[in-house]
Amino acid sequence: MAEAHDRPPEQFKLRMRRYDPESGEAPYWDEHTVELEPHRSVLEAVLQAKDRFDGSIGIRCSCRQAICGSCGVRVNGEPALACHTHLDAAKSGARDGVIEIEPMGNMPVIKDLIVDMDAVHWKKIQRVTPWLLAKQPVPEREYIVPKDAMVDVTQTMACIQCGACVSDCLAMEVDPGFIGPAALAKAYRFVGDPRDDEQFTRLNDLAQDPQGIFDCTHCFKCVEACPKDVNPMGQIMRLRRIATGDHHIVDVNNGERHEAAFTTLVKNNGLLWEAELLPRSYGGNSWFGKFAPPAGKELLSSLPSIVKALLRGKVTPMGALKPHKIPRQDLKAVQAIYDKVESRPERYELNLYISGEDES
Amino acid sequence: MKVAYWPGCVSRGFTPELHGSMAKVAPLLDIELVQLDRACCTGAGVIAEHNQELADTLNARTFALAQQVDGAAMMMNICSTCQGAQSECQERLDANAEYRAQVNETLAGEGLTYEKGLTNKNFLWLLVEEIGLDALRAKVRRPLTNLKVGPFYGCYIVRPRDRLGIDTEHPRDHYLDQVIDALGGTVIEYAGMRKCCGFPIITMNKDASLKQAGRHLGDAVDAQADCLVTPCPLCHLNLDLQQPLAEQTVGRQLKMPVLHLPQLVGLALGLDPKELGLGRHVVRPTSVIDWSTSVVGAAA
Repeated sequence: MAEAHDRPPEQFKLRMRRYDPESGEAPYWDEHTVELEPHRSVLEAVLQAKDRFDGSIGIRCSCRQAICGSCGVRVNGEPALACHTHLDAAKSGARDGVIEIEPMGNMPVIKDLIVDMDAVHWKKIQRVTPWLLAKQPVPEREYIVPKDAMVDVTQTMACIQCGACVSDCLAMEVDPGFIGPAALAKAYRFVGDPRDDEQFTRLNDLAQDPQGIFDCTHCFKCVEACPKDVNPMGQIMRLRRIATGDHHIVDVNNGERHEAAFTTLVKNNGLLWEAELLPRSYGGNSWFGKFAPPAGKELLSSLPSIVKALLRGKVTPMGALKPHKIPRQDLKAVQAIYDKVESRPERYELNLYISGEDES
Repeated sequence: MKVAYWPGCVSRGFTPELHGSMAKVAPLLDIELVQLDRACCTGAGVIAEHNQELADTLNARTFALAQQVDGAAMMMNICSTCQGAQSECQERLDANAEYRAQVNETLAGEGLTYEKGLTNKNFLWLLVEEIGLDALRAKVRRPLTNLKVGPFYGCYIVRPRDRLGIDTEHPRDHYLDQVIDALGGTVIEYAGMRKCCGFPIITMNKDASLKQAGRHLGDAVDAQADCLVTPCPLCHLNLDLQQPLAEQTVGRQLKMPVLHLPQLVGLALGLDPKELGLGRHVVRPTSVIDWSTSVVGAAA
């Protein structure tokens, strides 16, 4: 580290996305060369450009130490905190040696690198009732809660509301109404809190909402984007697990049915049986599921694809009707694993964020 | 090179041409496939969503079976989703000895034990890291000259980078580009190449799912790709099987063939398109590309 700090100032080229919606002009790219030590941050570089060349450059910032969450931008196409990205790293990640800085995605631009967090991010946070709905009666002094239970929610408490995960959420890109990774991680903050009295209500609400927990595409973008290792997607999976596993919430979005059908089909056959998974996800997790009206409706709407797949021999009627199975002895072993693990009094979860790695 | 081979479920179900083409390509690359017939589904993240320990134990069983294959250098899969799901389970199993012991206790009934540190590579990684791009280039019999190929990575094989071992020395998130180039093709970059195909939410939010598939295919059309190539059979389902529906959703004709990675490799190594199952796709590659010419890729 000392070595990096000793390095003399160098020139860094910045290419910034500029846009002022009030001007009526289209967005454009603006280039400036700054001079700073390589270990300094992208934020310092933008501020130097603003100070020396163009005072109208817009960027939001405050603490400059990765805790206030104000300076979320995209550096070389990836979401990042400008104050938490070293110039040398940013330069080596640049396509042509020029560090590219853009505003975050999925939110309207107010000016240059400043996006409207109120219009998207904060609205979604409000959507999940982000406060404790305490069990009654509230104790006169402090609540006593098990340490493990609070440690469990510390990961989501690490969120600094920078919006990096919202910026790159791929579900939100096609479905802007999706509640999104930051707000759902916040929801787990309270769902996982033993003092909260509304676990079922919260989960039922988020499961039944077509843009709730089952709208996440499991793309890992938010996991990668988060500068604080909150793992929003992991928190969404935990919300699903508690909603279906503990509260047996059957949602209108096929989320619970899909999970149940998948898990059951693998238990029954050892391998996935796609032709059975789809109708069961719509019609219910049993052999009769495919005869339920929602399954029939889905089958009809998918006919253009199904007919072509049959014509091409991609899917054969026999292949669709008969499951692939692993050998009998192995299937028994797989079922024994299911039985043993699922009969535990409590589900076991290992969260490496909390436990860390015990070996090198 | 001998590998413990995990083909996955979908490659033997709705995309049989993937498993079939891998079997044809392997001998040409001197890969001996020892298929893990006894292993079960990875859970594709869904079983982990249901019960994390269950998914970890089922995958630990597969890893233990792979470790029993005599003389196998490593485990290999041909499904990005399997790679992602297995890597996630393996990360937990390798990080914590106590947890590994708990999982192994469940496997003990079958006499199986998972030993920390299995190497598990998708065919794409194996191709670049074990066989090598120069060796691959030397094996090309029918270069993909003038064929404009858009790589479709999807999600599970490129994120999260740390878990998947992606760094400057192992730019695994660029390997498809490198392979296309080694086979003589032209890499077409487009906006959706590392985005989600939409498959995981096809039963939950079909409109959003097909919008994702349709957008990426449309981006590739606009970038003038002749075809796409993907290492993931689930991406293939949404991009190829569902393409007629994706066209309806985004309101434009797409007609974009999507090849499985072993199919693209097989073509360049001189195999017959039919043998590789190219006639089995919903969007026929032959409808866009004239494979019969000696120089593959003379777009129609």
